Amino acid sequence: MSDSESGTPGAQSPMSRRSVLKGLAGAAGLAVVPGALLEACSSKKPAAASSSSAAAAPSTSAAASSAAAAPSTSAAAAPSSSAAAGGSITFGSNYSDAATKAAFQTIVDATTKQTGVQVTVNTTDHNTFQNNISTYLQGTPDDLATWFAGYRLQFFAAQNLLTPIDDVWDKIGANFNDAGKSLSKGLDGHYYMVPLYNYPWVVFYNKSVFTAKGYTVPATWADFIALAKKMKTDGLIPIAFADKDGWPALGTFDIINLRTNGYDFHIQLMKHQVPWTDKRVADVFNQWAEILPYCQSGATGRIWQDAAKALENKQAGMMFQGSNQVAANYAPENLADLDFFVYPTINTAYGTDFMDAPTDGFMLPKKAKNVAAAKAVLEYIGSADAEAAFLATDKYDVGLANGLNAPTYSDIQKKAVVEIGKCKNVSQFMDRDTIPDMATAMIKLIQGFIDNPSASNIAALQKSAETQAKTIFTA
Amino acid sequence: MTAATPTAPGAFVSRTTGASRRNRPARRPASIAAQVFMITATVLWITPVVFALYVSLRPEKSTNKYGYVSMPHGGFTFSNFSNAWTQSDMLRFFENSVRITVPAVIITLLLASAVAFIVSRVSFKLNIALLIVFTAGNLLPQQVLITPLFRIYLAIHLPHFLSSSGLLYNSYFGLIVINVAFQLGFCVFVLSNYMKTIPGEMYEAAVVDGASLWTRYWRLTLPLCRPALAAMATLLTTWIYNDFFWAITLISTGNKRPITSALANLQGQFVSNQNMIAAAALIAAIPTLVVYVLLQKQFIAGLSLGSSKG
Amino acid sequence: MRTLSRRDKVVLGVLLGVPLLVDLVFVWFPAFATIALSFTKWSGVNGVNFFKPCKAGGLPGVPHPGCFFGTQNYHQAFNSGITPDFRPAVEHNAIWLLVFILIATPLGMLFAVVIDRGIAGSRIYQSVLFLPVMLSLALIGIIWELIYSQNLGLVNTLIGRNGNGNAIDWLGNPHLNLWSVLVEATWRQAGYVMVLYLAGLKAVDSTLREAAVIDGSNGWQTFWRVIFPVMRPINIVVLVVTVIESLRAFDLVYITSKSNVLPGLELLSISITQNIVGETQRIGFGSALGVVLLVISLVPISIFLYQNFRVEEKR
Repeated sequence: MSDSESGTPGAQSPMSRRSVLKGLAGAAGLAVVPGALLEACSSKKPAAASSSSAAAAPSTSAAASSAAAAPSTSAAAAPSSSAAAGGSITFGSNYSDAATKAAFQTIVDATTKQTGVQVTVNTTDHNTFQNNISTYLQGTPDDLATWFAGYRLQFFAAQNLLTPIDDVWDKIGANFNDAGKSLSKGLDGHYYMVPLYNYPWVVFYNKSVFTAKGYTVPATWADFIALAKKMKTDGLIPIAFADKDGWPALGTFDIINLRTNGYDFHIQLMKHQVPWTDKRVADVFNQWAEILPYCQSGATGRIWQDAAKALENKQAGMMFQGSNQVAANYAPENLADLDFFVYPTINTAYGTDFMDAPTDGFMLPKKAKNVAAAKAVLEYIGSADAEAAFLATDKYDVGLANGLNAPTYSDIQKKAVVEIGKCKNVSQFMDRDTIPDMATAMIKLIQGFIDNPSASNIAALQKSAETQAKTIFTA
Repeated sequence: MTAATPTAPGAFVSRTTGASRRNRPARRPASIAAQVFMITATVLWITPVVFALYVSLRPEKSTNKYGYVSMPHGGFTFSNFSNAWTQSDMLRFFENSVRITVPAVIITLLLASAVAFIVSRVSFKLNIALLIVFTAGNLLPQQVLITPLFRIYLAIHLPHFLSSSGLLYNSYFGLIVINVAFQLGFCVFVLSNYMKTIPGEMYEAAVVDGASLWTRYWRLTLPLCRPALAAMATLLTTWIYNDFFWAITLISTGNKRPITSALANLQGQFVSNQNMIAAAALIAAIPTLVVYVLLQKQFIAGLSLGSSKG
Repeated sequence: MRTLSRRDKVVLGVLLGVPLLVDLVFVWFPAFATIALSFTKWSGVNGVNFFKPCKAGGLPGVPHPGCFFGTQNYHQAFNSGITPDFRPAVEHNAIWLLVFILIATPLGMLFAVVIDRGIAGSRIYQSVLFLPVMLSLALIGIIWELIYSQNLGLVNTLIGRNGNGNAIDWLGNPHLNLWSVLVEATWRQAGYVMVLYLAGLKAVDSTLREAAVIDGSNGWQTFWRVIFPVMRPINIVVLVVTVIESLRAFDLVYITSKSNVLPGLELLSISITQNIVGETQRIGFGSALGVVLLVISLVPISIFLYQNFRVEEKR
């Protein structure tokens, strides 16, 4: 396959570059800021003010209220496709599942139409893309690449592997609220990403099953356990569960931690400002151990797509995962039956104030070849129009741009906007909020926990997490 | 595994005098026991492949409902194969495999025969040392080499006509090079053993006739080595085609990968449709099966080359 | 010693030099570089300076440029608190080796011996048993996933444990999955050993067997007392092949665990690869693991070299 790129290859010998020191100095100088940024990054909801929904003014958070007030007319200022100079770029994508791949193609087509830039999409399977990202960025990256917000982005930006796109944000900044902006910044305060969408992690279920069996949506933990028990006696798998890829289970840890100990503690834990041996961490695992018997067995051998299938086939009653996965996997004819509720309250002090709602977007690798055209594409993508184009085919994520007019939103998407809007704070998910090595370590430890949720194992697990964290978090 | 390990040194095996060896004092119980044992083993051994074939011929809806081990409700279908072919762009992956395997095999044979010739025919103090260098290099596990290798690949720049990425990394040329380098050892070892069996008189006659070193190599030795070269070609083709690790680590663009490693990509892409993945895997196996059916003798001869002394 | 013309010398240089260069640059240099890199700490980005010792400071988790780390990587690797995967990986490699030596290889030898005795249908048996060797290990992994599938697979359906509550998780359960994968590896290894051994058997001097038969020994005695000792070189080769193949175990596990590290399937080769083909790279640490693998591999390699080239010199 040929990259129809123009311009000279970005030939930088990796052995001689020292400019990372510059980047780090900048970051170190802003040592105070990163902490705050990380907080801000993880905080907040995308004020995806869908025009019809009155919930467009969730005013509980300071950050949102100012932005939510932004009139929807601002979104009409679509990024001037002034840079529609044409040219062509390659776009590296990890949208490998069929549904997401199709949605991605939609926005690519819209981009080409709007900016005149030809886009060649290189899709790599999801896991492989992430695993190869460091090499990819250092080697021969595409002109644009899909990626995630949070520490995962800042990590690569800090190593000088991404191109800052402040100039792009000069044009599209008005389309996003403060939360969206801070999610896209690196540790040095520059912009490195343009977000496209985010999605909530919630508990999915089939409406017809609940109606048929007379189940009600649980509001508290006690209700949740009771419902799971009832489902089990009714012959259903109460909670479909899969952890072969390792990361799905992190979501459950996150939400139980958010519910039990609150958002601040969760973020402190992600940044290793509190030790993993803290008693509150043990509380999370003990809480989890209560629901684990009702979760599908054999999780470490099962991929989440199969768990979602179990839910779709009505063999399972519920499943806790992101809408980007479960809803995306449902056959269109079954989608109408799908519904969700947010994870029940565990600690009344925190209610259901928080959740994980990861944001995905696009970044511009340092070694991109056709930077001008890539930036033109980014300017278009950072607009409500582009998001609407994407969401026309994507029935499970929600956009972030202000004044997003998304008439194609399904019920799930509408509800997602509402629920995310209700949150006081929103985190990005463990593998984006903490150092990737730490997330990997937790993946292994949690797989061990699922296999053996005894108290002694929890203690051993905490100890191991703390030992590893000490090494990982020392610079 | 893709690379092989050499077998013991010694004369090239061409003994086929089997007739007199067959003991036929018919020990009935032992014979029957042996037959039963072999039949059982054979049935067990072929089951996985047959099973995979069976699954790939069933429609997904049917297997989702009844499982893989079920009577063929819903009949048989080739749709998994045709879908795998079209939706996953398998033709391109096959092309990639050809682009890598064919040059790699040819270059490996050329280079290895050259070294083997020198080492076996030109008296040299360093012959043994050279052989050791080549052979030992081939025995190392790939993971020992990968970390620096991959940095080397990122550092070496290539002109665009050789590599679309401008680097040795993520290029067909890069994969060809590493496969050649990694298979050289075994090839050198086997070919040198084989060449040693060529009578010295032929060379002396050639020298008397004034043949240059090159002529002795190209015109005299290589044609005589045809059986060994054919055997090695069969082996190398299979191993390089089946290679997984180098392609996974040294190629990052999904659609540049050769077919075997592309399967990992496909697994991720069609993750919920195991029937299609099975079909894709079987399609990928076809070339090796063709080699197996047509060239089994050569393949086995290659493995046995140089095995055991008389 | 033939005298070589000038032109011949040039040809010699090229014929020898090019392959040698390729081998040195792409095999030997990396092998030594692994050792060197194992003393550094490097995230792979922006070069490495061997002479600059690593110092602390800076933002947590954001890597410094490559620096000299001393033997810290080894300390970290062997410290099971910091690297909990290491011990299981070594154990699993050891188990893999034992299973090969005690089960897969003897099985292959057994097949070879039985086939060599010339029972009817040998051709078919040989062909079938050898088929897995032709298949790529990635393919083998995919095929066997169908067999081990929890709800739909062959094994669970046959033993009636394919329901949602009682399914056996062959590939996910950390107590089972290594053995499941070893079955796959044995499926392949046995055929490989069989072919090697058959070749060796065929080359055994027929007069030996005839003499043994005349002396009245039966089939098994003939094998153990007469043939087996003579096949010492082949036996050693087979053993070395077995050890090296077990150290190479990678493809099967990688495709089964889909590039993650499933508990129960940790291996040295997987750990090394994870440190490079992973979101964050730890070049120095991965190299240290590579050195461990290298040192272990040197044992069978040395045995092999000694066996072969000592014999060579004797000639």
